[in-house]
Amino acid sequence: MTQHTAEHAGASGNLETGRFLPILSLMWRIRAFEELAIEAQREGLVLGAIHPSIGQEAVAAGICPNLSKTDLLLSTHRGHGHTLAKGADPLAMMRELFGREGGTCGGKGGSMHIADFGVGMLGANGVVGANIPIATGAAHALKLRRAGEVVVCIFGDGAINRGPFLEGLNWARVFDLPVLFVCEDNGFSATTRTRSMTGGAGATARAESLGLPAAEVDGNDVLAVDAAARTAIAALRAGEGPRLMHCHTYRITGHTAVDPASYRPEAEVDQWRRRCPIARLEAGLRLAGVSDEELSRTRQEAWDEMRAISAEASATSWPDARGAFADVQDMGNPAERAF
Amino acid sequence: MSMTSYLEAGRRAVMEEMQRDERVWALGEDLGRGGVFGQYKGLQEMFGDERIADTPISEACIMGAAVGAAMTGTRPVVEMRFSDFALCAVDELVNQAAKARFMFGGQMRVPMVVREPIGMWRSSAAQHSQSLEAWYAHIPGLVVVAPATPADNLGLLKTAIRNEDPVVYMEHKNLWALEGEVPEGEHLVPLGKAEVAREGVDLTIVTWSAMRHPCLKAAEDLSAEGIGVEVIDLRTLWPWDREAVLASVGKTGRLLVVQEAVSVAGFGAEIAASVAEALHYRLRAPVRRLGAPRIPVAYAPPLEDQARVTDKAITDAVRGMVVPQTVA
Repeated sequence: MTQHTAEHAGASGNLETGRFLPILSLMWRIRAFEELAIEAQREGLVLGAIHPSIGQEAVAAGICPNLSKTDLLLSTHRGHGHTLAKGADPLAMMRELFGREGGTCGGKGGSMHIADFGVGMLGANGVVGANIPIATGAAHALKLRRAGEVVVCIFGDGAINRGPFLEGLNWARVFDLPVLFVCEDNGFSATTRTRSMTGGAGATARAESLGLPAAEVDGNDVLAVDAAARTAIAALRAGEGPRLMHCHTYRITGHTAVDPASYRPEAEVDQWRRRCPIARLEAGLRLAGVSDEELSRTRQEAWDEMRAISAEASATSWPDARGAFADVQDMGNPAERAF
Repeated sequence: MSMTSYLEAGRRAVMEEMQRDERVWALGEDLGRGGVFGQYKGLQEMFGDERIADTPISEACIMGAAVGAAMTGTRPVVEMRFSDFALCAVDELVNQAAKARFMFGGQMRVPMVVREPIGMWRSSAAQHSQSLEAWYAHIPGLVVVAPATPADNLGLLKTAIRNEDPVVYMEHKNLWALEGEVPEGEHLVPLGKAEVAREGVDLTIVTWSAMRHPCLKAAEDLSAEGIGVEVIDLRTLWPWDREAVLASVGKTGRLLVVQEAVSVAGFGAEIAASVAEALHYRLRAPVRRLGAPRIPVAYAPPLEDQARVTDKAITDAVRGMVVPQTVA
């Protein structure tokens, strides 16, 4: 049942440039957004922790273009890429990271709690694995409502060692729900190697033991991720029940943007830099006849867009402080006797 | 009016709300067979196994799935069997359900009701007897309800199911068989409103859930001694009816809070502190609390009873506050 994809599918030629040039653009937009967020954090503009997904862009960019706006996505604390790929407004996202007015959550969530229900993005989550039962329930509601949409739930490799992983996958199988679980495996549970903390063969073996078809995917090859996601999502839409994809990738930065990640050899990081998913897609596009000029224009446009957004976000005002008392709950006024 | 049990009133509430609103559904273990106490009896036959859903013993996923389903257009009623078991799903309730609306900037609501039966109930020991309502009253975003009568269990549960935010709905296991008058037809009880269960001029007892009944018994006994006790049943712990409590204590000048839960850091402390802050100079006696000692609930009756607030303990406490103390 497990499918293995070729190591260098991205460089194999024959790729649809009309489909993958926009995906390249998306990957550059994610990369630029995060590089600029890290820069902004150094300048004191991003106040809380951010968890970059630099080097992991192929997962977001390979999966989300296979979804419609009304399909649902749940993400993690390392979720900027997923959120952008699902169609959220990067300016609102950057404002959220800066804690400014007009942020996706009005400055109430920050990087770890970005959500944009308008594009079916039901939230990043600050608790590892907590999005799995929520995604399962969203899929359960779709089934109850006889809706045709599907749910994608992306989590990291650390999440497979949490109880809700077992509970959610089992539940999705028992109720035959339209949910695709994606283990975005960057090798690290915060600062510890996940392999050293994981019994057995890992995500796919665990999924298969619960009756979910599961695929091993090269998570740095956006063509492979796209192909696996397309197959899995088509199966969900056909009512074939839940699936899992295990995407193998690597976290180029530390756990957070300020973690130097001295717990791993530099040679290892260099090796993964050479497998950069963006460079691999560019190589594939070049082989398929896309000019260097077009590739560099794609890159430049993404950076220009995100630079402008970062500048605009930093020029936005703080949210009204009274917002701290809004949207707590309808019952009982939280501002009463506050101080 | 007809005589109905507390359990049947809860069953009727779910049934009526499911008939009224097709977005309402219930999920939990053993619901198809009526639920652990029979509070869902016959509902799966009536509504089918999709809307009365039997689930795995996966508390975290029951609660978490309800959060996801509530965010996406349905109104789940979660059955946790015992409030003790709901502790397996605290992240899903406290970090997810309670915070999603705020954290995501008001983009959506999480309209779900979590039924978590509380309280001591026939030698059930430390993991099936707890009253943990204070934990949830502490969490911004949650509504906390603890009904004491069949009529309230009908009317409050119906209102809770219609609420747009997550509600922790704590029925008391020892009340399932309690019979009481319940109105025919549509009966809704507003959240956040206390009931003055008995009027009196000398002292106010503030209580909730099953302790309402020994408090009323104590008040009845004390009336024979000429002591007038006003009994306020809060019904909703968050938000609690501050206005009703302050009005009553403003009148009587004395407050005794009676709770089944461990007294230390219990919800009674919030009532006591609020009254002391607001009415200090009008109090005729120091505020008092009665609750369980800080011990787990034991199994054997003589041991279990050590955690129980009795009507005798209540009458003794009231007398101590009302009758002028003689100087030794």
